[in-house]
Amino acid sequence: MTCDQWRSKLDAYVDSVCSDEDLANLEAHFRTCASCAAEALTRLRIKRMTQNAAARYSPSPEFRLRIEESIQAKRKPGWTFAWRPAGMGMAAAAFAVGVLLVVALTLGIQHRERGQALAELVDLHVATLASANPVDVISTDRHTVKPWFQGKLPFTFNLPELQNSSFKLLGGKVTYFEHSPGAQLLFQIRSHQLSVFIFQDSSIFQNRQETLSGITTARELAFNVEAWSEGGLRYVVIGDASPTDVQELGELMRSAK
Amino acid sequence: MSTTEIIMDGENRSTEARFFSHKVNCWAVADHSGESGSFEELAMPLFTRLYNFAYWLAQDRVAAEDLVQETYMKALRGFSSFRQGTNFRAWMYRILRNTFLTSQAGLKSSAAVSLESDEGQVAEPAVAETPETVLLARVERETIENALEELPVRFREIILLCDLEEMSYQEIGETLGIPMGTVMSRLSRARKAMRELLAARSWEAAR
Repeated sequence: MTCDQWRSKLDAYVDSVCSDEDLANLEAHFRTCASCAAEALTRLRIKRMTQNAAARYSPSPEFRLRIEESIQAKRKPGWTFAWRPAGMGMAAAAFAVGVLLVVALTLGIQHRERGQALAELVDLHVATLASANPVDVISTDRHTVKPWFQGKLPFTFNLPELQNSSFKLLGGKVTYFEHSPGAQLLFQIRSHQLSVFIFQDSSIFQNRQETLSGITTARELAFNVEAWSEGGLRYVVIGDASPTDVQELGELMRSAK
Repeated sequence: MSTTEIIMDGENRSTEARFFSHKVNCWAVADHSGESGSFEELAMPLFTRLYNFAYWLAQDRVAAEDLVQETYMKALRGFSSFRQGTNFRAWMYRILRNTFLTSQAGLKSSAAVSLESDEGQVAEPAVAETPETVLLARVERETIENALEELPVRFREIILLCDLEEMSYQEIGETLGIPMGTVMSRLSRARKAMRELLAARSWEAAR
């Protein structure tokens, strides 16, 4: 075996993943080849120094606390239900509980499936507003924002002319929903910021049993939402502006050519 | 063409609290590849390391915090559908890395990726160069840090996952979404690039 061949095994050697046989053979080779032994030693040293040098950045206690509090806040149940069936036989109580559970589960599942997709998009919208870098392409010009998505998404879309409207385009970024890439566009009206999400219709919502045929308006956590499908794409407008503003932005998007 | 800057103010920052507070997913999962517990129990021990990894990727404190926050949000949302039998740590790192790749900094870094194949054979020097070995023996911590910063992201991340996080090749493959063979060839190329950078910096310092 040549030194080149021995050296091709050095990564596995420094990572302690080479086989027992390779390990024994390598160590035997090191005893007769000072050059390979020096090379192995150097690589081990670099690995060890990298390990030390790379543990360089620590989060601030405030940031850790913020994340922990956020998780705790999300874990808090909205309400609790405690019921003691006084004066009823255990069988009757169990039957009543069973009926209640079936009804609650049926209603709950329907509501959850309908609302979950929207709730997740609201999450994305709020996370964007909370970010220090809300968009990756910052421009009020639709002819700058739209081409930026070229090559980043498996589809394209049109943006409206906003010259005679109260809305201003702020920019956009690529986002992901259920592992599918989509566009998130940020608009502003007065002091409100609204997101328009655009995804391929085939990739989301279908398994969510959402009834978003036609134009659907909704309120999700006090955010106003409007959703529709067009040309194989699913559009969702989300914002804390008035329902009229959300509707107007939806109309502008639908009129975009 | 006109452009405008988006200025985030305190009011927008306050939306963060709302953002986490409204939706409750399934919190306890029985078995995550031998690990079990609530999301917090599994995810918070990784916090400092994930932040460090995020900082190395983004090279900026604010961007690293955004990256970690978004990672925890996505993981929290997807925890109920986390597949049993898969590696929780690799899953968290994968979310963080994918989040980075779709960020502005990540898109820039991926645009600069070399077209050279990962599967290609790594050309090692025919004979060990003693001067290089001697130079590398004098490498200091600061030189290592600078070299890591200079490496392309795809090389930097695999070195960090292997050397700092001590992930197995299989875990690295799961995190980066690449086969084991690619892990080994990319790691080898990354380390070669690192040695070359270190040798060059040491040579400059010695002159």
